[in-house]
Amino acid sequence: MHPPTTQPETTQRQISDEIAERQRRETDAAASAARPLAVHPRRDFAPYRSTTLRHPTHELVRADPEEIELVSPAFGHTDVAAEESDLTIQHAGEPLGERIIVTGRILDGDGRPVRNQLVEIWQANASGRYVHKRDQHPAPLDPNFTGVGRVITGDDGSYRITTIKPGAYPWKNHRNAWRPAHIHFSFFGSAFTQRLITQMYFPGDPLFALDPIYQSIVDPAARERLVAQYDHDVSEPEWAIGYRWDVVLTGPKSTWMEPEDADHA
Amino acid sequence: MPEQPTTDEAFDAADLPGADAHPEPHTGPLGQTPSQTVGPFFGYALPYAGGPEVRAPWQPDAIRVHGTVRDGAGDPIPDAFVEIWGADAAGRPATARGSFARDPHGFAGFGRAAVDRDGHYSFTTVKPGAMRAGSAPYLLVTVFARGVLQHLFTRAYFGDEPEANAADPLLARVDAERRGTLIAEPDGERSYRFDLRLQGDGETVFLDYGTEV
Ligand SMILES: [Fe+2]
Repeated sequence: MHPPTTQPETTQRQISDEIAERQRRETDAAASAARPLAVHPRRDFAPYRSTTLRHPTHELVRADPEEIELVSPAFGHTDVAAEESDLTIQHAGEPLGERIIVTGRILDGDGRPVRNQLVEIWQANASGRYVHKRDQHPAPLDPNFTGVGRVITGDDGSYRITTIKPGAYPWKNHRNAWRPAHIHFSFFGSAFTQRLITQMYFPGDPLFALDPIYQSIVDPAARERLVAQYDHDVSEPEWAIGYRWDVVLTGPKSTWMEPEDADHA
Repeated sequence: MPEQPTTDEAFDAADLPGADAHPEPHTGPLGQTPSQTVGPFFGYALPYAGGPEVRAPWQPDAIRVHGTVRDGAGDPIPDAFVEIWGADAAGRPATARGSFARDPHGFAGFGRAAVDRDGHYSFTTVKPGAMRAGSAPYLLVTVFARGVLQHLFTRAYFGDEPEANAADPLLARVDAERRGTLIAEPDGERSYRFDLRLQGDGETVFLDYGTEV
């Protein structure tokens, strides 16, 4: 028996209806303005309840990037040991779960590789439990899995990590809310304005349609860019299942232009 | 690694039936990868030893930059973290490798600090020089938190640079009544306070570098 917990009142049906309504509104607004749907999530995406008091209500102010914004911190191989890209060898024993390899390239919006930059990852274990003191999911910790890794990209912008497939886990956004399995990724680009923290998902997850964090990206094509692809050429015989996930970081427009509506914010 | 099979015929997964169900790379032609929230459980992964010490606190030129991250109700946010990235005292970005494994006598430029239970963060760094003639010196500040689906950029200018601030083109574009949210005010010996308010009264001015797509 699982332990009793207090469950929020809001149902999945209510959340799913809110998601559909908001996405319809965004799609209509983009169509009538003849502009594409936004790539990034809407910061005020109310079906993800934690946004309510944590999104700015003022328009962001356009800023001309100066030199510090056009370069990035200088990480290097002195910062990260090669073993840090393998999350299955950090303890005395092997972690439980499905061993996987995730690899891909980090590119900027012009297709140039993001070289020698830091990639950080963290994730739940195969049971869907994080090594975090505030994770209260009653699923077992794995003494052989911490779920934290780092890697520096190669000259071609490539990265490669070995880990185990994380489990889905419950959260308290609404009643019976479950996050699709995901790995958290943090990237630095060649300019600080390319900074990106995101989540990588696994193909075919039945929880996608129900998850207000994944669905906060209202453009379906953009959402799918967070889903890795199974790649048989990455799988290794009798060792690990392979996934490919490429990432595109876009920086500031190369030419600064005073916005047309130069109204003060 | 386990032993490899002894025979390995030329095998291409693309030859299999159904393999063309996904003929295109999933990213498409350089479509940008969207952001997602950092979530609540980054605390054991992203903070690192020395992350808040961009300049060792015992260095004579070290300054403290600290503040509280608050939500729309004015309550401290206990699960946020802040990154700063700033030029050196001469206005030049740091270029030496080793932003994690830092040299205690050097200056990394980059720092990361998780907030405490009261939403408070604190860095030691150097006061940057201005990078352009006519611009005031500042630190680039980035905020991440559970509930924040895409990080927020802002800048911390320095309250003891009134003349440079008065001439700064970005500060000039911000409404006078909101400009103060971009100023780290001196609050002690070599110490500056820079609070971050994500929403509501005194909402921090957040910046768009053309990346709001
Ligand atoms: Fe997560």
